[in-house]
Amino acid sequence: MKKSIISDAIINIFLMIFAVIQIFPLYWLFTFALKDNNEIFGGNVAGLPQHWRWINFKIAFIEANVFRYFLNSLLVTAITILGVLVISATAAYALERMIWKAREAFLKTILLGLMVPIHAALLPLFLVLSRLHILNSYAALIIPYIAFGIPMAVYLFTSFFASIPREMEEAAAIDGAGIYKIFFVVIFPLIKPALATVSIFTFISTWNELMFAVTFVNKAQYKTLTVGIMSMVGAYTTKWGEIGAGLMIATIPTIIIYLLLSKQVQDSLVAGAVKG
Amino acid sequence: MNKILSNKKAITVFMAPAMLIIVVIVLVPIVISLYYSLLKWDGIGKATFIGIENYINLFGDERFIASVKNSLLYVVLSLFIQLPLSLLLAIVVSNTKKLEKFYVTVFFIPVIISSVVIGQLWQKVYNGDYGLLNVLLRSLGYSGHDWLGDEKTALMCSFIPNLWQYIGYHMLIMYAGIKSISTDISEAAKIDGANRFQTAMRITIPILKPIIQVCVTFSLIGALKIFDLIFVLTGGGPFQSTEVPTIYMYKTTFDQMHYGYGSAISTFVIIECFLFTAILRFIFKNREDA
Repeated sequence: MKKSIISDAIINIFLMIFAVIQIFPLYWLFTFALKDNNEIFGGNVAGLPQHWRWINFKIAFIEANVFRYFLNSLLVTAITILGVLVISATAAYALERMIWKAREAFLKTILLGLMVPIHAALLPLFLVLSRLHILNSYAALIIPYIAFGIPMAVYLFTSFFASIPREMEEAAAIDGAGIYKIFFVVIFPLIKPALATVSIFTFISTWNELMFAVTFVNKAQYKTLTVGIMSMVGAYTTKWGEIGAGLMIATIPTIIIYLLLSKQVQDSLVAGAVKG
Repeated sequence: MNKILSNKKAITVFMAPAMLIIVVIVLVPIVISLYYSLLKWDGIGKATFIGIENYINLFGDERFIASVKNSLLYVVLSLFIQLPLSLLLAIVVSNTKKLEKFYVTVFFIPVIISSVVIGQLWQKVYNGDYGLLNVLLRSLGYSGHDWLGDEKTALMCSFIPNLWQYIGYHMLIMYAGIKSISTDISEAAKIDGANRFQTAMRITIPILKPIIQVCVTFSLIGALKIFDLIFVLTGGGPFQSTEVPTIYMYKTTFDQMHYGYGSAISTFVIIECFLFTAILRFIFKNREDA
């Protein structure tokens, strides 16, 4: 019995050390985002700030244009989530519940998208978007983001639809409801958990996406946070406090969502892995 | 009911947007990319069809070979350092009584943070003058070092944040797997006198095999496609010492405008991923039969 108390203590120390390693860079970010260079470079490297310089946030937000990038990210992410939800839920319903011949083939085609690495589509997409004259627009990001979000969403939605009993639809059909009414009024409310999973998943991947954003957008007007922060870092090289504030602004929404819904966030990000 | 569910018009309305966007934005570009890889083309002038010449050149391109070697080193680190550590954490965490949820929540945090933020943060950890690492070393009496600026240390140092970020991800997948194992089994092992180490080795890990296979596959493919963090941390430098194929592809395509050659590199990465996935499947399958 005593032996197990000691080994529990050792285990907890090990896990605590690891927890510190995982969290410390973030804590450090929080502290230097609120300091000036004198303090960061002058000895108080990792302690709490002596003077909390909230002005760093103001500078990042307004002078460094991060507020604009933030709004862009918000807009792009919101439309992407909405698009992925509607397009994937309808397709998944047709694929899982409705009766038609080529179902399997279409499902396989969509799921093929799970295997496609985005870097391979980068150049062809860049050329297509440039030919359509929509590089440097919200659409240049939203359309590819939706496209690459669909396969995983369809995959999750189809498995969710498969778990819903058919009685609900049958009852609605007997009452004379048509297919659209069945889907939007009867089914849609039932799939809330799946909608949440897909939304969180899409949020995290869109909010953090870098490769498309850096390639398809170079006008400040349309930059999202990831690219925006990259250019801010270029302009503020040595001003760690201001950069730190910018990084915090990019991170806070994700952290808030995570703290509020940590279980759901974890589940959505590993959903594909566990079910597959 | 069946009549409603075979409404052709509704099926078309439901399917058309998804199919259209997947085919146009995801699948067709891959085919186009394959075609580009057979061209000599700078994007502006006329493209010349040169067959597989780009691929032949790839294998004589030392810079490319070096980038592949770098990514393979990262594969090795992921499989033999990151995953075992994740597995250890998953097993240990699932054995703690009190703080289980707290640990899982904390370990997972880096996974949800943007690579740009993580890259910038670690750049500052490694900074030669004021970085956290050097401050720590100096306080212990060692001298500082320009970690990302020195060709010898840059590669390892640019991999560490990647490994660090996704440990929590694999830990969580494995942890979920462990939690789904019936407690009866481990209870039975306990009654038979097995200690925690034996239970882990003989019971948990073997049952977890399909999940470990998923993690190995994800980790391998993720490692072969690694881009974001290196792009932010070093951009492949100094002197291409941290270049991986995707970074080389990016520079070749968008800085030097060698569209054909760049496409050949990205095709190489896709083939590499398929090949390794197939090999993994084979290995895991053979093990099962044995």
